[in-house]
Amino acid sequence: MPETRKLSYGEAANAALRRALEERPEVLLYGEDVGVPGGVFGVSKGLRKQFGDRVFDTPISESAILGSAVGAAMFGRRPVVEIMWTDFFLVALDQVVNQAANVRYVSEGRLTAPLTIRTQQGTAPGSCAQHSQSLEAFFLHTPGIRVCMPVTAQDAYDLLLSAIGCDDPVVVIENRTLYHGAKQEVSLGGPVAPIGGLRTRRTGTTATVVTWGALSLQTVAAAETLAQEGHDVEVLETPWLDPFPWDEVLASVARTGRLVVAHEANRTGGFGAEVLARVAEAGIALAAPPRRVAVPDLRLPAAPGLAAAVVPGADQIAAAVRQLVAAG
Amino acid sequence: MTESETGTGAMLRDLRDVWRIRLLEEKVRDLRLGGDIVGSVHLCIGQEAGPVGACSVLEPADALFATYRGHGWALARGVPAAAILAELLGRATGVNGGRGGSAHFTAPEYGFHGENSIVGAGAPLALGAALAGRFDGTGRVALCVFGDGAMNQGAVHESMNFAAAFDLPVVFVCENNEYSELTPIRDMVRNDVLADRARAYGMLGERIDGNDPAVVRDRVGDAVQSAREGGGPVLLELMTARLVGHYIGDAEQYRQPGELERLAENEPVTRLQAALRAAAVPESDIAAAHDDAAHEIEAAAREAAAAPLADAEAVRRHVHA
Repeated sequence: MPETRKLSYGEAANAALRRALEERPEVLLYGEDVGVPGGVFGVSKGLRKQFGDRVFDTPISESAILGSAVGAAMFGRRPVVEIMWTDFFLVALDQVVNQAANVRYVSEGRLTAPLTIRTQQGTAPGSCAQHSQSLEAFFLHTPGIRVCMPVTAQDAYDLLLSAIGCDDPVVVIENRTLYHGAKQEVSLGGPVAPIGGLRTRRTGTTATVVTWGALSLQTVAAAETLAQEGHDVEVLETPWLDPFPWDEVLASVARTGRLVVAHEANRTGGFGAEVLARVAEAGIALAAPPRRVAVPDLRLPAAPGLAAAVVPGADQIAAAVRQLVAAG
Repeated sequence: MTESETGTGAMLRDLRDVWRIRLLEEKVRDLRLGGDIVGSVHLCIGQEAGPVGACSVLEPADALFATYRGHGWALARGVPAAAILAELLGRATGVNGGRGGSAHFTAPEYGFHGENSIVGAGAPLALGAALAGRFDGTGRVALCVFGDGAMNQGAVHESMNFAAAFDLPVVFVCENNEYSELTPIRDMVRNDVLADRARAYGMLGERIDGNDPAVVRDRVGDAVQSAREGGGPVLLELMTARLVGHYIGDAEQYRQPGELERLAENEPVTRLQAALRAAAVPESDIAAAHDDAAHEIEAAAREAAAAPLADAEAVRRHVHA
């Protein structure tokens, strides 16, 4: 029976893992410091104790972690593995791009790889350039891999369960700045939704802002500021990036005639470019040229003062919308 | 044991099975040079004893991960020659309907869990097959094949340590043909006895004659049994040689004068035939081992060539669930 509890984002992810381990005997949970320590962010706390050998620590070997998960998934397990920081994917991308993504396609569906890879990313004060990147576009450029980025505690619970239930490889990109935030009401135990969907944070007619990840919260704040200025902004939050809700996004942009995409990833080759391209290909008439709010094309500096100069926030998003409105 | 399981009976069967792979690969070479097969093709001519010996000790539930030089492993595991050739020819009846090609096909229904075009990348996958077997009650052993070059890949190092740390039933089979693609392995390592590395991972390792199916069968058999009984992973280094290039079109400028002639004296067909003659096996039996294989491969080639091309209408299917 569904119940509602006050949980942080990290606790909600923990609840999802616990439920998956309880309900699906084929689920395995492992990664670096995931078992006995309960994860460096505490997300898998208590699960080793409750589920024993199905939850375990591994060597610091990302290729072995990811590849073994692909192999185990090919043989009927449903592994949930952790890559502690998204930056650490880069030593083992082969196992995602060349292996996991090809299993179903090359075998014409006779083999599948239903694994879930949890990671976390994003900027935070003091994090170096190897612990700050937003790499969702790498996976979105890889057909066969599903990608989501939970923002709320409810997302952290729901999206993880949807990912584990999905028969495709799914990369769940959490955000460490959200793990230990305020507790939120989370509904637990309800039906697990299929992957996909979006959340309309706010309806409006002046402009459409499409956003995901931690910038979602900044976008909502910007929209509130803009509302006080008389600009009625539609905020579409897309926790699922693959599958992406193209129909809903294109319909909204067609209604408002103005588009801003906000993400924490670098501008060039970021998924925002794809959103702009699809709007252009759809022939949607815009009142002003669309804009991207993104980290400029540079490496991320560690010092908080330096990072603040390049990581966008609510001010930059609001400014982008004002420019669109002023342009036409 | 009966005569068919040991002695000349086993040798005749091995000779036939080596010929099956040899003739399949020669057929592939002809089709590639004739333009019917396109793209990169890596032949295992000279290395047939490894798959013939090793596959004979695997159970149906076991897993086998091979490399882009994998046609022989697939055939030895039971994938029909016609389905392999059709795959290389881009036919609808190919083992993956043309999606895998020469270097990346998979046939799980035969216990063949795929070639891999990324050097060393099958090793992490093999961990997973073994790990799954720990939970699904099969106790499956995963046999993971790679070349000497893969021993210098990080993923292989990670996998050997991971398997050893968790006592996973993985048998790592390194086919040492002395060349990492076009470069001699001895120039790329300080200790070229690759099996020595096993000790550093806390597992058994052994360098064996990889050109004798009986030796391979015996040593892989022990390794598989040990892994199945909880003894953890094993590394076997099969000393062998490919008698052809790394790929079709390889100029083989790395060969030393007289090298191929020397290797030819030690290749599996030559050795098996000599051993059979020394045991006074009739020439007609030795010839039959070849002829049976040739008959099978010729029929398979005809069947594959007659099959329709893979259907482009279906090319977008199976990207996702």
